[in-house]
Amino acid sequence: MFELSADEWTAVRLSLRIALAATAFSLPVGVLAAYALARWRFPGKFLFDGLIHLPLVLPPVVTGYILLILLGRRAPLGAFLADHFGIVFSFRWTGAALACGVMGFPLMVRAMRLSIEAIDRRLEDAAGTLGANGLWTFALVTLPLALPGVVVGAILCFAKALGEFGATITFVSNIPGETQTISAAIYTYTQVPGGDAKAWRLTAIAIVIALGALILSEIVQRTAHRRLAQFE
Amino acid sequence: MIRFEAAIKLGAFAYEVAFESAAGVSLFGRSGSGKSVTIALIAGLLRPDRGVIVVDERVLVDTEKHVFVPKHARRIGVVYQDAQLFPHLTVRQNLLFGRWFAPRTERAIEFGAVVETLGIGHLLARRPGRLSGGERQRVAIGRALLASPRLLLMDEPLAALDDERKMEVLTLIERLRDGFKVPIIYVSHSVDEVARLASPVVVFNAGHVVAAGAVDEVFGPRKVQAGESRFARSSVLTGRLVGIHAEYGMSEIRHPGGTMWLVGAAGAVGSDVRVVIKATDVTVSTEPPRHLSIRTVLSGRVAAIEQEDGPLAAVTIDLPGHGHIVAMVTRMAVDELGLAAGRDVFALIKTVALDERGIAPAGR
Repeated sequence: MFELSADEWTAVRLSLRIALAATAFSLPVGVLAAYALARWRFPGKFLFDGLIHLPLVLPPVVTGYILLILLGRRAPLGAFLADHFGIVFSFRWTGAALACGVMGFPLMVRAMRLSIEAIDRRLEDAAGTLGANGLWTFALVTLPLALPGVVVGAILCFAKALGEFGATITFVSNIPGETQTISAAIYTYTQVPGGDAKAWRLTAIAIVIALGALILSEIVQRTAHRRLAQFE
Repeated sequence: MIRFEAAIKLGAFAYEVAFESAAGVSLFGRSGSGKSVTIALIAGLLRPDRGVIVVDERVLVDTEKHVFVPKHARRIGVVYQDAQLFPHLTVRQNLLFGRWFAPRTERAIEFGAVVETLGIGHLLARRPGRLSGGERQRVAIGRALLASPRLLLMDEPLAALDDERKMEVLTLIERLRDGFKVPIIYVSHSVDEVARLASPVVVFNAGHVVAAGAVDEVFGPRKVQAGESRFARSSVLTGRLVGIHAEYGMSEIRHPGGTMWLVGAAGAVGSDVRVVIKATDVTVSTEPPRHLSIRTVLSGRVAAIEQEDGPLAAVTIDLPGHGHIVAMVTRMAVDELGLAAGRDVFALIKTVALDERGIAPAGR
């Protein structure tokens, strides 16, 4: 019952790889975006904020379709990336990672932004008067103090990426071994006769992974609270 | 030397200040008067709408020439009211934070000497969260000092401390200023602290400078209304410590107007000391007191009486030689004693009301 077949294993491995890649590439961009939203004032900030949050409110299929229009093989941007950099997204696992990253991005940025906003700006000012420029202040004061939020943001993005379905299947389809994640595989198995056992096993795995991510984020939050309690 | 001219509008608060002084100066005024804005402008935390700020011939801000040296390049230390230590770093890491950014050739101040002077050696491995208010403030002062700043700004550094700690930290600040030769701009709304530090004073009110000069001049009659509270008025008297009477544990301080008595040993015999006297601790009498416990009696002449419709009146008494003393009395007392300018009176001060911990050697 709990023996996984080769293609089920492939789906699990692929899901983890896609989710990890999506989180890893979103992380630096997410930190930057969160910092910009928390600390900077610039024209068009409202629009920027809205753009980041768009995947959260749009139907995932729409997000996937927009990605397809922008980055498909025959789309200008997609063709440009393919011709000049050899980067192809459509119908590849990298495309799935991109779709998952885009979908997880707003969740990640929200968590990080909140934790950056919670830092007393005067601590950053203090670092400045002690000789630290903006970059050093960020590295030595802002980032370490925001770390719990950054980790929670990353875990949220990872969890979202793991469960992403609509945008991924619209953008890169459902190709076993290339773009078929756990979610897509479960969907496929429920569509064929006798696929219930397979679907059930993958469902159990999805629950275990999701629960693991939740517990991890809880541990991080509690550790952070304990450390914050020391600050008082 | 500091040359300061700046104007900035912060919401409804219009700030326009100009002063020039030695780098060691006290900024005095009630909260909201613009002292902290001045600190932020000198430190580079605020950008003035227009203005020129020059410290020791180094132009930090000149809006017309579009000069604005960023805060990390100014090398001006700041000590805040609430320490603002980095909570994720140990005390040692906090102390060394600014030192690490100071150019090697300009690291004039030694880690060991600062730690010893501030008495924080036993705290080095701790995190700021586990420190008391006084300890935190000492670490904050050490951190700012170890960056070897050209100028140290202190924004109400004692405000969050209780009276005991205040005296302790104030003594340390004096010792650091004199020992490590770092000029300090000290912001406070406390006459006691400003008088004790004895630097020139700039007085702020509602975003403007209303008075400037030496401590004794500025805290003269009618020049300063430090706060609406009657407890905020004080006067500063300088006298010579002529003897310490061991059998009673008292110090005798001679002033041309009379003898002041203080509890404990107020300093070295023969030195000049500065005594801060709260206006509410002064009693006015028209004849020399006889059957009273009062030990300190100063004779003088009423220079001015400030009174309005309220129940209170501030009587300024000129003392022979130098100085004056302000007594806070009721308007009823003024009428019943027939007090008026020109009248010879005695100022009576309860010795136990004088805080011997606030006594500073004078003459700086």
